[in-house]
Amino acid sequence: MAATRPPVSGRQKVEAVVLYPLDWLEERSGLVGAVKYFLFRKVPGDVNWFQTLGSATLTAFIVQAITGVVLAMYYKPDPNSAYESIRHITNDVTLGWLVRGMHRWGASLFIILMFFHMARVFLFGAYKYPRELNWIIGVLLLILGMLEGFTGYLLPWDQTAYWATVVGINLNGTGPIVGPFLSYILRGGSEIGPDTLARYYSIHMLIIPGAIIGLIVLHLYLVIRLGVTSPPWSKSAAGAPWIEEEDEEGPARKGLVQPAPRGGAAK
Amino acid sequence: MDQDPIGHKPEHPPGQSVWPIGFAIGIACVLVGLVISWWVVAIGGAIALVFGALWLSDLSGHPILPAASAEPEPAPGPSGARHEAPPETSRTGFLAFATLGLGGLIGALITIPPLFLAMIPPFLKQSKKPVDLGPLSLYPLNEWRIVTFRLVAGEGPVWNRTAYIRYNGPVKGGVPSFTIISNRCAHLGCPVQPLGLVQQSQSKDISSVTHEPVKVTPVIAVSGFSCPCHGGAYDTEGNRTAGPPVRALDRFQFSIVKGRLVLGKMYSVAHVDGTGAEAEIHTHKLFGPGQHVDGWEQIFYPFTPPS
Repeated sequence: MAATRPPVSGRQKVEAVVLYPLDWLEERSGLVGAVKYFLFRKVPGDVNWFQTLGSATLTAFIVQAITGVVLAMYYKPDPNSAYESIRHITNDVTLGWLVRGMHRWGASLFIILMFFHMARVFLFGAYKYPRELNWIIGVLLLILGMLEGFTGYLLPWDQTAYWATVVGINLNGTGPIVGPFLSYILRGGSEIGPDTLARYYSIHMLIIPGAIIGLIVLHLYLVIRLGVTSPPWSKSAAGAPWIEEEDEEGPARKGLVQPAPRGGAAK
Repeated sequence: MDQDPIGHKPEHPPGQSVWPIGFAIGIACVLVGLVISWWVVAIGGAIALVFGALWLSDLSGHPILPAASAEPEPAPGPSGARHEAPPETSRTGFLAFATLGLGGLIGALITIPPLFLAMIPPFLKQSKKPVDLGPLSLYPLNEWRIVTFRLVAGEGPVWNRTAYIRYNGPVKGGVPSFTIISNRCAHLGCPVQPLGLVQQSQSKDISSVTHEPVKVTPVIAVSGFSCPCHGGAYDTEGNRTAGPPVRALDRFQFSIVKGRLVLGKMYSVAHVDGTGAEAEIHTHKLFGPGQHVDGWEQIFYPFTPPS
């Protein structure tokens, strides 16, 4: 029986053993192929480092999510113990200062990276047809990110946190017509009280992160479907080499292949 | 050039449609209506809907009104078949309808209660009881006292609030007159501070008398109030003298019960003419900081939730 098979080297045997779990997974889910497709999909040849800002933003968000989940194990969203629990995290818990610091400074980094990423997309004209919807999703993500900043700022429950939130809520309260109602919803009543802190905690760690994760999935789906844009100075139409094989109906409709930016360098 | 470099032929030339203008006018009408009146909103909404539909019909290549575009209507191609729904009476159609309908119903049933809990309780009346601020003897004639009290009895320090209180002597009929000014700035709600010398050493804790935490601190030579956040400044009647506040400082109603000063509800003040017991206070119901109660800007705040 063994004679019917071609000779197998030791290296091939090791490879087969290592790859067996992946093959098992692939056969049952197709996930390995999906990840390979995502990682090895074609992008224009002249992309550059500016096009990594989106991934950097995503990384910053993941840092926020992970550190936030762990901080929630020690934080107490109650007016009588919130400040003390933050002090406890910073001074007593082993490495608490580090994780809180990552969350605190990472928050600013997340917002800054979002703006850099947005600037790149704007200056490269990458928001143009057919990517307008992804720009809109990005704007929603920016708004949600800033709401994360606003709600997270209250949680340390010190003087800065409290009065900054008072001002922030009342600022919303000055909006025409709906302002007074908006401020009541943000405050959880006519006055800031214990409910306000719990409300902000829930919004900060459950509602908005959930929405952000959902929108990030959509955002990435569209990036993969529509492809990456060439820089504006690109000499060739984006992803040109394989486009000629496509039929007349328009490769964009089939997805996965990107049209050149309109009015860009592809003239 | 007529063709994209990648061979993607546009199905129709970029919009020559005039309908977006009508749509924009409708939206503008809605925004103006929000300020002026509800029926203007309705008219604007109707305009926006009609022109929005016309615009979409143009974009789809099947204009409702042929006059809007000189292009002849393209013959319906095979793309029309894409949107064809299964016949209504088919088993598939019925099951699809039933699944969507039931799913929607269940979704609504489980979404509405949590949504209600998140949005409605903030607007329901919160029971705030009058606050006992101690015997009248604590408040000498024409002197200011900083009074810190607990807005909700039995709750924690998160409910601590501060008022500036001055006794103006008895008015006609022997009823005592008090000026009770809230420390909540009329700009964005920061705590205003008295411009005077705070006699911290003479601060009195009268919690044993009032059964709730109340602290009374004298402050002398008060020339007004100012806010540390954005520099709002007020005179001793709470009238705005400088900075960004949009009205005078809010005040508290009060009553005298068995020789005790009892704090009532808060109300807003446009401005105050005169001083002390003779002051004419232009009162309004309580509005949030930064919300105008007089002047033309009051049209922006026609409603405020009950406090």
